Amino acid sequence: MTDISHPARFERPSALAFLGYAVGLVIIFWSFAGAGFSLDKVISSPPRFADFLDRAFPPNLEPKVLSRLGWKMVETLQIALAGAVIGVILSLPVALLAARGLIAGPWINQITRTSLGFIRAVPDIAWALVFVVAVGLGPFAGMLAIAIDTIGFCGRFFADDMEAVEKGPSESLTATGARRLDVVACATVPAALPAFISTSLFALEKAVRSSTILGLVGAGGIGIELKVGFDLFDYPTAMTVILMIAVVVIGIEQISSKARSRIIGEQR
Amino acid sequence: MTDLLDKQTAQERSTGTGAGFAPVLPVDIRACALSKSFGDTLIFSDVSFGLSRGEAVAIVGSNGTGKSTLLRCIMGLIAADSGQVEMLGTNVSAARPAELRKLRAQVGLVSQKHNLVPRLSVLSNVVHGLLGQHPGLRHWSQALAPTGSREAAMEALGKVGLADLANRRADRLSGGQSQRVAIARALVGQPKILFADEPTASLDPAAGEDVMDLFFSLARKQGVTVVFISHHMSHALTYGDRVLGLAGKKLRLDTRADHLNEAELRELYD
Repeated sequence: MTDISHPARFERPSALAFLGYAVGLVIIFWSFAGAGFSLDKVISSPPRFADFLDRAFPPNLEPKVLSRLGWKMVETLQIALAGAVIGVILSLPVALLAARGLIAGPWINQITRTSLGFIRAVPDIAWALVFVVAVGLGPFAGMLAIAIDTIGFCGRFFADDMEAVEKGPSESLTATGARRLDVVACATVPAALPAFISTSLFALEKAVRSSTILGLVGAGGIGIELKVGFDLFDYPTAMTVILMIAVVVIGIEQISSKARSRIIGEQR
Repeated sequence: MTDLLDKQTAQERSTGTGAGFAPVLPVDIRACALSKSFGDTLIFSDVSFGLSRGEAVAIVGSNGTGKSTLLRCIMGLIAADSGQVEMLGTNVSAARPAELRKLRAQVGLVSQKHNLVPRLSVLSNVVHGLLGQHPGLRHWSQALAPTGSREAAMEALGKVGLADLANRRADRLSGGQSQRVAIARALVGQPKILFADEPTASLDPAAGEDVMDLFFSLARKQGVTVVFISHHMSHALTYGDRVLGLAGKKLRLDTRADHLNEAELRELYD
């Protein structure tokens, strides 16, 4: 019988890899310390959480409160939808500039991508604060914050989607003398359209989630009700707001998911 | 460029290469000393030939000999490293983008993978074949196209026998139908030169024969110069007036198809 030696189950890490693992572990423990991680608080929090639940339940279901919160939720969805639609529409020209090898040169691609990176790096709540300063308190500031956040998200992904489409149809149209813009409009965009729609639906989900908290900084929507509920220790109303947000966000995600699978299912 | 082209013409006259006969028709394409590499890999070098108006020329050679690359260099879709190409009187190698577009509006391309836009209708795909001549929004879709362009597209579809499928989505066609639509798109602009890159490679043999018959009957009717790549020796000999063969990074064969047989052609692949 041939003597076959088995390979080792685990490879011994090199000294450099070992050092890397050790540094990684130190950084993780350092982060826990910086975040104020406390086992005592973890152990003592369930009774406090139970106390909160006890004071929050049953949620406030008075018709007057439900009506007020319902209209605030409608405003929240309006902010999300209007902001997402404007963001998606503006993302298309931005993505055309960001996509490599389409209509713009490498410098414009890089500048646009860097700008989109900056937009994404700033959290939506920070954009809301900026727009509250610029246009005043209210839902318009929230809509602008959602729109700019959507441009950062969709601009990048639309560009990636267009770069990834099959190049054959574009080459065939280029070979007939079509201009770059015509090639993009007739070959690239139609090919990327299912991905655009899918990304836009994700953006709408994200917009709905974001719009529920923009009210915390005065940018409209139901978030202000949540803040007031906690500030006044009116936990039953705060719980109603939390449950309403959960139901609406889950509902939007379900609808979006079904729409997405239908659209992607149509792709070849 | 002029020197190179004069030299090439003199060479054709003295050696009888090129068409192998006295060129009485205008020359549509002239390639002089073309070379192309990708990185450190030389694809071909010093490739020269001339194609007369109305000729059908097959380019043959093993995989990796640079047939498709040569086609793309001729069309200016990729730049050759050295050498020059003149097509329909325009120096492709030195042409500005606007000149290239004007030139390409006079040519058509049929590709191996058909390259239709999948989610659009057959008619929109054919209307796109007019974008070189009519740039802009109105030719982005059949719905926006002027009546004349819609009629031209329907006529082209009629010629390939698919007028009844004008409204069907391109991704719901069979392989043979799809390639016919690609031919209609290439012909709708009444091109002077047609390029075909292995037009039957993705089709079964019967559909492949049908497509080649149709392609060449339409091209001959319109008096179009045809340059096609094929791995089928029978196609090269049946449909080509002339055969160009690439092997060993050079143009090893340039002769009339009726002076060749399959055995001789096969040597190119050995």
